[in-house]
Amino acid sequence: MIVHALAFYLFAAVVVASAVMVVMARNPVHSVLFLILAFFSAAGLFVLLGAEFLAMLLVVVYVGAVAVLFLFVVMMLDVNFAALREGVLDYLPYGLVVGLVMLVELGMLYGAWVTGPEVAMMATSPMPDIAQVSNTEALGQLLYTKYIYLFQAAGMILLVAMIGAIVLSNRQRDGVRRQVIANQVARTRKDAVEMKKVTPGGGI
Amino acid sequence: MTMAFAQFTPALPEIILAVAAMVLLMFGVFRGDGSTRSVTWMAVLSLVIAWFALMSGDMPDGSGGKIVAFNGLFVNDGFGLFMKTLVLLASSLALIMSLGYMRTENMERFEFPVLIVLATLGMLVMISANDLMSLYLGIELQSLSLYIVAAFKRDSEKATEAGLKYFVLGALSSGMLLYGASMIYGYAGSTNFDDLAKSFHGAEHISVGLIVGMVFLFAGLAFKISAVPFHMWTPDVYEGAPTPVTAFFAVAPKVAALALLARVIMSPFGELIDQWQQIIVVLSMASMVLGAVAAVGQRNIKRLMAYSSIGHVGFALVGLASGTNEGVRGVLIYLIIYLVMNVGTFAVILSMRVKDTMVESIDDLAGLGRNQPLLAMAMAIFMFSLAGIPPMAGFFGKFYVFMAAINSGLYALAIVGVVASVVGAFYYLRIIKIMYFDEPVEAFEKPLRTEMGAIMTVAGLFTLFFFVLPAPFLAAAQSAAQALLP
Repeated sequence: MIVHALAFYLFAAVVVASAVMVVMARNPVHSVLFLILAFFSAAGLFVLLGAEFLAMLLVVVYVGAVAVLFLFVVMMLDVNFAALREGVLDYLPYGLVVGLVMLVELGMLYGAWVTGPEVAMMATSPMPDIAQVSNTEALGQLLYTKYIYLFQAAGMILLVAMIGAIVLSNRQRDGVRRQVIANQVARTRKDAVEMKKVTPGGGI
Repeated sequence: MTMAFAQFTPALPEIILAVAAMVLLMFGVFRGDGSTRSVTWMAVLSLVIAWFALMSGDMPDGSGGKIVAFNGLFVNDGFGLFMKTLVLLASSLALIMSLGYMRTENMERFEFPVLIVLATLGMLVMISANDLMSLYLGIELQSLSLYIVAAFKRDSEKATEAGLKYFVLGALSSGMLLYGASMIYGYAGSTNFDDLAKSFHGAEHISVGLIVGMVFLFAGLAFKISAVPFHMWTPDVYEGAPTPVTAFFAVAPKVAALALLARVIMSPFGELIDQWQQIIVVLSMASMVLGAVAAVGQRNIKRLMAYSSIGHVGFALVGLASGTNEGVRGVLIYLIIYLVMNVGTFAVILSMRVKDTMVESIDDLAGLGRNQPLLAMAMAIFMFSLAGIPPMAGFFGKFYVFMAAINSGLYALAIVGVVASVVGAFYYLRIIKIMYFDEPVEAFEKPLRTEMGAIMTVAGLFTLFFFVLPAPFLAAAQSAAQALLP
């Protein structure tokens, strides 16, 4: 039990600390690396909760794809992050006040929360019994059995998005020089090299 | 949980369309843009096959029977059958009408028919939605395809603007719809239409949050049918989009979204008629008035048709507002007639070619009566019908919805509707005046495309002679309405 608690506090502390560093780091590449650390530690928290599937998903999707994509974007775009961050200290007090007000509102909302009598009657638990199946299996049963129709429909929507992106942006442009291997191979020395008689001190 | 194949059969038309879209996409990719013509015809064929699958599937008998599949996410009933038939018909006609335009405007790209098939698939999902989640996914599948085809003419600034405007405003409306859906789920505890209907049945009080959610849901749906005050995108999108796309927009998505609205207000919220009736009445009145008044100043025929469609949606909502079986029947008849009139009108607009370029101004119609009497006659029939002058079909469409409104005591709505109809007649009749009495300018190109001529002839004859044999359509609409509201 003590190991469990220790692990929780370790992961939680790392998540919070690296999240702060994501915002505060001077170098944007460091920010992204801290973001990856935050994702990793959050995955650790999910494992502690017994949600191993979500943990794996976080590592595979967020660390493996999203964060690496961020890294590419940050490296490829020459954005002056120091200029963007100017004046943070001026805005900090206002940000803190707004954050505090929202926190108090959230607390009040939570305190006054009541559930309608109909809801308990209506709410049906769609999830299979967690004692019998692992949560990966439970998710699979929901997604691919109960909600297969929605899953497939979502797949069709993604297909439409893909077709749309290609239709609207991929075009044959004039003046684009493409590599034609055959032409390169067919080039002879006669086409490419020209002999010039250069007089000393005269230049070409 | 095992799943038998039999469980999928109610959704056979949808499955056929999904597979067809993917096969056509692959075919197009391998054959290049030169294959657009054959892809278009194959897309039409797949829509027809989907219709046969729809008709041959085992149907619930008569009134109130329905087949629910996919754990309550999908429903198939007489109402859905009727609406899907209209949508499939509208999509096929729009595809056939696009053939000539795509060739002459140098827009032949095989993705167009594929996207129309995918949009049609989205509409079928919408019509068969029995859950807020399938409702949303259907709407998104449809809308995303429509955004793309609106901007399909990439090199035209107007088309790009139309696509972008449609996308931004459409995303906003989807946000409202989702917000409403989440409120409904939060307060009612379910997203399933049947469960929602059960929970409202004989409920003592309805919580305010639920009403707020319902209003947001209706706002999102009103955007999709372009009812005032959610109509702002319509004129710009109709004007900017390529004309065959406008023809498609004016018919199929409207039919699907109205079907969805009808199902939502009658099936889960049927018991809450006191709550939603006033919303529908206001939407309906505002749409009819704006459709009649704002169209008067338009010179571009596509913009004019946009305002006309806003007005017609208002008339269709009159039937829904009554909330009775008779009202739903009126809406269904209205939709058949609206579909035919609009397809015919757009066939004429697509034939408006002077010296090899499309013209869209109303003034270009001048002297059509002398230059091309048959085309002018077809246009005159459609205009008289859109204005609702007997004995054209358009009059009967209005007649049934107004009768339903009067029988359920909505006198103010019916009066506003009749007044708006008279005001609106002005601009339809002005087109006829320009065609027959103004001095001719340039003559239209003579040889009409065969498929355009055929569509115009059939639509014209239907509009002209609907009053001779309305019985089969009335019977079909009656049984479809009965399926929704037993």
